[in-house]
Amino acid sequence: MPATKFPERTNTADRVAGFMAHLRLNGLQAGVAETESALRAIAHLPPNAKEARLALKAICTTNSDTHKSFDDLFNAYWLNPGRIRADVRMTSNNTHRRSLSNKNTLDTAKSGSAGEEKSPDPNGQGEAETSGTGKLIASQYTNIAHTDFREFTRPEDMAHAEAAAAHLARAIRDRRSRRRRAAAKGRTLDLRRTTRASLATGGDPVSLHRKARPDRPVHLTALLDVSGSMSIYARVFMAFLKGLMNHDQRTDAFLFHTRLLCISDALREANTTKAADRLTLMADGFGGGTKIGANLSAFNENYARNRINARSVILILSDGYDTGPPAEITEALKRLRKRGPRIIWLNPLKGWEDYTPVAAGMAAALPHLDLFAAANTLEALAALEPELARL
Amino acid sequence: MTTWQDLKTDLSEHGYVAADDLAMALHLSLMLGKPLLLEGAAGVGKTQIAKTLAEIKSTKLIRLQCYEGLDASHAIYEWNYQRQLLAIRADASDEERIFSEKYLLKRPLLEGIQQETPPVLLIDEIDRADEEFEAYLLEILSDFQISIPELGTIKAISRPHVILTANGTRDLSDALRRRCMYAYVDYPNRKTELAILAHRQPGLDAHIATQIIGFVQDLRKEDLEKKPGVAEMLDWAAALSGLGLNDITEDPIALQASLVCLLKTQRDRDAIPTEIAQRLAGQAA
Repeated sequence: MPATKFPERTNTADRVAGFMAHLRLNGLQAGVAETESALRAIAHLPPNAKEARLALKAICTTNSDTHKSFDDLFNAYWLNPGRIRADVRMTSNNTHRRSLSNKNTLDTAKSGSAGEEKSPDPNGQGEAETSGTGKLIASQYTNIAHTDFREFTRPEDMAHAEAAAAHLARAIRDRRSRRRRAAAKGRTLDLRRTTRASLATGGDPVSLHRKARPDRPVHLTALLDVSGSMSIYARVFMAFLKGLMNHDQRTDAFLFHTRLLCISDALREANTTKAADRLTLMADGFGGGTKIGANLSAFNENYARNRINARSVILILSDGYDTGPPAEITEALKRLRKRGPRIIWLNPLKGWEDYTPVAAGMAAALPHLDLFAAANTLEALAALEPELARL
Repeated sequence: MTTWQDLKTDLSEHGYVAADDLAMALHLSLMLGKPLLLEGAAGVGKTQIAKTLAEIKSTKLIRLQCYEGLDASHAIYEWNYQRQLLAIRADASDEERIFSEKYLLKRPLLEGIQQETPPVLLIDEIDRADEEFEAYLLEILSDFQISIPELGTIKAISRPHVILTANGTRDLSDALRRRCMYAYVDYPNRKTELAILAHRQPGLDAHIATQIIGFVQDLRKEDLEKKPGVAEMLDWAAALSGLGLNDITEDPIALQASLVCLLKTQRDRDAIPTEIAQRLAGQAA
């Protein structure tokens, strides 16, 4: 049947190659090696759709997500050639959203909200609720906070923030490996080297070689929320980020509000005040709400893949007021965690008395954090040092 | 030349009921000589398939359990230093003798490539080892040779059938994933699980077997921290038959007590009080 639908491509190799291209378009990593394996497998198997499907699935999928979506992609290419990539995406998204919206309606059914068919409805409801409480606390906070933050506009205070950041960076970065390497001043004996050296002295271990755990520097990535509710902190935190960056060239920094922006390069140059001002302006330009969940997902998609591993520490500076659905934050953090980094969330609001993480976004994030701490004053930041060293 | 259906039948004759995609992935991995990467929740039978494969091929199963900080001296080889020192003491012997195979402690990976008949090499929970080890493993899995500075390069006598398992402690590198056949092992469906139970506990009455599977399948849909796997289900079935129950609805207290086999955290135990257990049992019956 498929042969008639692909009049221009008649041989298997071409069509399998076409299928691989189709998979690549849909985010699977199918390269030449996979194509080759696929062809070899198909040559050995009886020619029917079921077996080809199973074989290609084993070869082309690499994780549980792709394992689940593979059948749709397979159908779209081999059994339904009229469809193009966008359609496939749409349908899979739609089914996904439908299931999500069902879940939402189940949840919101208790609070009496309807909205069976339109998925944005229940989300909209939640959004209004969270931003409502958010505003209340945020405005309460602004009144008190303005005084102590005016001080931070002076260059020397910025320098303080930067210094605090450098301290913190050092605390985070000091990590020892679990393995041992030869080292002149190691604590334990390196039997391997000692034995080898003892050959020269007729079997008496005269020169003792030692080994120690080498340092394994941690790769730090900071994500700074610069939405409206965070704008009063933006300058200080920007200086803070710069402090982190100066300490080590590998550190990465990102800004987010409604979208994600990599500022590592911008932060590396020039003087603190200037850089902070420019970036604050840059951040102000976007204004509006925060989409923490969407930004974290974008981070997962674009940056985490190459840069985040078990030796990373992710520092999120945000107050947790989010205009997106909290489930998105949970999902994104879960995914991020799978890559193995420690995740630290510094929330300036936490420093306030009686603060409880009521913002839906913050509450959703809490179970996935290694450390949740205050960051409203320099003392609070400095107090973090021992905690970070322990992580 | 066996087909994947043959392999599936072989597996089930040895007590492992595999889903189609798993059987096919295993078949291809044997056919193309590539490692097989299995992912899935704990207790779905990832390790078991390696054991079963070793039985089918009547070959050795060599297992490397990964953990954080695993390094070459635990995974590949290590010199037997004490013995070497003693030998040097005994007579001032030359280097060549000290660094010979006699003084070599073989660890799983080295052992795996030095067998006459290809063994099944199970690298369990690869995601627990750190990334350096993963990179090293990649090298071994592509060349099947190991260099020992003092001895030279040791080439594989036979290529082992490599099976890697992971349950998502951390993400594996794309490079490793792409070198492997992949299968995601999910909790089995009703029919498969019933077949597994029938295989493992042939004496069990069909009536209660259906109830057990119904109950466990429904239990997995509840909001639990740790969903019961196949191993837990088998334990529970054994427990129930040990308690002499013929129907899971007949003794609520015994049923509730026997749930220790399925629910392994305090929170999960609290999440399934007697009422819910009874409701599930009622549905299953």
